[in-house]
Amino acid sequence: MTRGHFWMFVVAMFFAVGSAVGNFSLPLIVRITIDNVIDTQPLGNNFMVMWLVDLLGGIDGWRENIWLAAAAHLIIAVFLSLCIFGRQRLIALFGENTAKRMKDSLYDHIQKLPYNYHVHAKTGDLIQRCTSDVEMVRRFLQQQSVEIARAVFFTSIALAIMLTINVTLTLVTIAFLPIIFIFSYVFFKSVRRVFKQADEKEGELTTVLQESLTGIRVVRAFGRARFEVDKFTEKNTEFKDLQFKQMKYLSWYWSASDMLCFGQITLTFIVGVFLTYNGTLLTGELVLFSMYAAMMVWPIRQLGRVLSDLGRTQVALGRIYEVLDEAVETDTEGAAPHDLRGDIAFKNVDFDYGDRNIFKNISFEIKKGETIAILGATGSGKSTLMHILLRLYDYKSGSITINGKELRNISKDHLRRVVGMVLQEPFLYSKTIMGNLQMAKDDVREAEIFAATKTASAHGFIEEFEEGYDTLVGERGVTLSGGQKQRVAIARTLIKNSELLIFDDSLSAVDTETDAQIRAALSERSTDVTTFIISQRITTLMDADRIFVIEGGAVSDIGTHEELTARDGLYKRIWEIQSMLEQDFMKEN
Amino acid sequence: MQHFEEQDYDKKFDIGTWKKILQFCAKYKRDFVWLFISSAVLGVLAAIIPFMTGYAIDNFVYYRTVEGIGGFIALFVVVMIVQSLTVLGFIYMAGRIETYVAADVREAGFHQLQRLSFSYFDNTPTGWIMARLTSDTFSIGHIISFGIVDIVWGIFVLISYYTFMFIIDARLAFLMLLIMPVLIIVSVFFQRRILKAHRESRKINSKITAAYNEGITGAKTTKTLMRERRNFDEFSDLTGGMRRASVRAATISGMYFPVILAITAIGVAVVLGEGGMGVIAGVLTLGVFFAFMRYTNDMFEPISQIAQVWAEMQGAQASIERTITLLEVVPDIEDRPDVIEKYGDFENPKPENWKKIHGRISFKDVTFKYKTGEQVLERFNLEVRQGEKIALVGETGSGKSTIVNLICRFYEPVEGQILIDGMDYREHPQIWLQSNLGYVLQSPHLFSGSIRDNIRYGNLEATEEQIIEAAKTVDAWNFIQNMEEGMDTDVGEGGNRLSTGEKQLISFARAIIKDPAIFVLDEATSSIDTETEQKIQNAILKILEGRTSFIVAHRLSTIRHCDRILVIDQGRIIEEGNHKQLLAKKGHYFNLYTNQFKKEEQSRLLS
Repeated sequence: MTRGHFWMFVVAMFFAVGSAVGNFSLPLIVRITIDNVIDTQPLGNNFMVMWLVDLLGGIDGWRENIWLAAAAHLIIAVFLSLCIFGRQRLIALFGENTAKRMKDSLYDHIQKLPYNYHVHAKTGDLIQRCTSDVEMVRRFLQQQSVEIARAVFFTSIALAIMLTINVTLTLVTIAFLPIIFIFSYVFFKSVRRVFKQADEKEGELTTVLQESLTGIRVVRAFGRARFEVDKFTEKNTEFKDLQFKQMKYLSWYWSASDMLCFGQITLTFIVGVFLTYNGTLLTGELVLFSMYAAMMVWPIRQLGRVLSDLGRTQVALGRIYEVLDEAVETDTEGAAPHDLRGDIAFKNVDFDYGDRNIFKNISFEIKKGETIAILGATGSGKSTLMHILLRLYDYKSGSITINGKELRNISKDHLRRVVGMVLQEPFLYSKTIMGNLQMAKDDVREAEIFAATKTASAHGFIEEFEEGYDTLVGERGVTLSGGQKQRVAIARTLIKNSELLIFDDSLSAVDTETDAQIRAALSERSTDVTTFIISQRITTLMDADRIFVIEGGAVSDIGTHEELTARDGLYKRIWEIQSMLEQDFMKEN
Repeated sequence: MQHFEEQDYDKKFDIGTWKKILQFCAKYKRDFVWLFISSAVLGVLAAIIPFMTGYAIDNFVYYRTVEGIGGFIALFVVVMIVQSLTVLGFIYMAGRIETYVAADVREAGFHQLQRLSFSYFDNTPTGWIMARLTSDTFSIGHIISFGIVDIVWGIFVLISYYTFMFIIDARLAFLMLLIMPVLIIVSVFFQRRILKAHRESRKINSKITAAYNEGITGAKTTKTLMRERRNFDEFSDLTGGMRRASVRAATISGMYFPVILAITAIGVAVVLGEGGMGVIAGVLTLGVFFAFMRYTNDMFEPISQIAQVWAEMQGAQASIERTITLLEVVPDIEDRPDVIEKYGDFENPKPENWKKIHGRISFKDVTFKYKTGEQVLERFNLEVRQGEKIALVGETGSGKSTIVNLICRFYEPVEGQILIDGMDYREHPQIWLQSNLGYVLQSPHLFSGSIRDNIRYGNLEATEEQIIEAAKTVDAWNFIQNMEEGMDTDVGEGGNRLSTGEKQLISFARAIIKDPAIFVLDEATSSIDTETEQKIQNAILKILEGRTSFIVAHRLSTIRHCDRILVIDQGRIIEEGNHKQLLAKKGHYFNLYTNQFKKEEQSRLLS
């Protein structure tokens, strides 16, 4: 995931080291100023900032002009500022680039997962993995990793410097550090339960709110406003109490850890005072130690918190890779494009969903340019039959040929490009209507679009919208009715100029008249295109060249409307409802 | 819809808006006082500690003595304890104010929602309302607690720092005073931009979430359209924008601290030079020199905190404005004061004064139009006898639902009157009518909780026997018993774990257990399968017996048995009569009926 951007991380780490150097150099300047400039102790130890002292006229120069010390302090502070900025900027680049790459791969991968995966996908969970889990990993890479590195690096250098000055005071200065770290770590590990409880309660509260809003009719009709208020108040109070409990824990934590941290700083200082009294420590060194102590305790406290969160980052990463490890859709080796304008033949095709048998031994032939209507009960497998034609599912045994070539060997990309299929519940993207229509084909001309919407009887109602074709669809725009959605989806598919057309019950929400109009316009438009129409409505089916009746995993009957109404069977029974009506009225009256 | 999305963050500070939130704070006056005191104490302590350090350097270190250090240590320990206790206290107080005020605002908001009329919900997206009672209340709670802490603390730190600085060396302190405006200007400049940049990246982030949602739910369609590449490119543009915005935000906030640091460093350098010379000259002691340096070094912190709160306040002000807007909406339908006086309202009903409802309903020249302006009914008249079963049929938008909504008093007539048992229903509180209403919707809405809870919603005092009885009446008892946990089965959010048919049956039981005088079935049985419907058909008829009922239904079997069928078109009754009479007419009803019949029979054969 971090490939190609890793150099940013490395450079950011260099800056982090630079800022740590700046951090521990500033107190050194103060110390030199106090001990060797103001006081005139000899400059003994060889410190890391010596080169700067030498550069700016040496310690004698500083004694003559204390402003040189001030200048040195300023130079280091500016250096530190630049390092901090460089670190922030590069680590942001690194983190955001990695996050982008992660999000992109997830999106790309999810799109490429097989059709069947999407039939069963849990949208909410997937989205959470793609958003909050990625965010957690990003936060680790971008903030916490640097935080950890900086704290560790700074502490070890500061320790080294302190040890060269005074071992006793060094030991005193780090005495509380492990306690501070462990206290922080343990606290945040153990309060997570309370935090989680509060989160969950917030969720419950939101649910009560949401349900009473969406169910406002029920609430009113049952005169349950009072009840709802009581329910809300109860949850609200519970949530408030938990949230406050969380704050109480935090108040204890901050005050106790503040006490520890200040205790450490004070202890260092007091012991230091005694050491100066002994003569083993200089005033400047005392100042240096107390400044270092103050600079160490807060990051150590933060470190405990960060590390207590590490486990969750790991879990998040695991959940991301779980998605990325799902196998994507693959194509048959050597599959190639093929002209689909030809006959279609099914020979002994079997298909099952693993646990459920759908087809056994299906065989039939379809001539080029035929319009085939398919009738069958819900769950009879008529949609599956169409999905197989698009290779959304692959058939297990038997053979399907289109224009003489085995379907399995026609590449999926090509197939889906040239077959136009309108799904039962078509999806419109939250773009304008025009945007949705343009999705079908690159560089589509407006005239083509209008022709398609006219065929799909969609042009009229689109024009009636205030913003016409520029009307935004979906949550942020106009909500289209089921029938309108279907008609836009049909138009979108027609624009593709497909070699094969499939309407999977995609006229179900359109009224009978419009349905007839669309079909008439369709047959005029694409005379030599093989077309499949699935429907439960006889009037939609009856004009087809042939009608397939699917029952019990097999094609139970094939024929024209006249043939099928002439013999007993499902088709005839449904057709007869028409005549039954007349009898019904006789009875009623 | 546009104005619901607008988020105005660039408005000027408006004291009037902030005053409005005071009503919620009054209750916590004492907490506020303590919060104020603890923040102030903490601010002063922040200045005292460096001063004490300086004192120790001057008195012990300088003279190489430890005489009297015991008292000093004791004082130091006391200061530390006071500091810790103050921290404890201020977080406690701020936490209390934050959570309690937010909870109070939420409660007031929810109360208001229960009073508001349907016209409000028609025109206000649920998401908008939700945001007022969730994120806005959090932002309000935060600003009036921790926002105050930061400001008070910051001000006191600054005052104490400068007080000590002026005591130590007035000339040097004056020099440092010059840095302050620079720090303030830089801080305000940056904090505002930081907040804006973060807001920008959050906005793109929610677009990314929406894109994932679309990518996942639309994946099947995407495959049939071969849109993968293009979708990915669009998504990649979005994440590219996110990266740009986030890096920008990180760059601005990453620049802020170094800039402040560099400015501060100038001050520290001045102190180091000037103060150092003072120490050498003997006019300044080393200890106070050190304390002075600390003050200069830490000066940016309170300023940056105040600037941050200042920037946040704009967003919080917008939150308050929006929430107050919600709280101040006047409901379209309100019970008259004298009516409440006599009969109570939903908060404090006085059922002992209520008249029993028999169920005679009349529309007298009722005119109604929705707020959007579309006229639905004009001088509509209807007379319904007690116990009569009325069916309303007609196209979508014909006005049949409006008639039912008016009967339920979800809306009130713009002109004319609706009488119940001969009296204008406005002479009684809404709760009176709604306590006597049996109501079943086309898309049944259940609440999370058990099946029992949901049935009991109709009658909170119902016994277990009554609940089971109701379930049996609507033929729901079978499937309930077959569930692992029976009546205790959790129906999930909005009843999601049940099928639509099951939800419908429960919503029936819920209405029946109420034993209402007036029944409204709004396309109530459309999602129950034919077989189940047959079963509850008789139960419905039994239940409706003796009650005035209105049935808005597509299912013929229900309509057929009604006493009177009204065919509604454009707010007028165009045909009226019973099933037989209307069929014989071969008019609108005949056409509706035959079409419907075909559809139902076909789907019966294919299911």
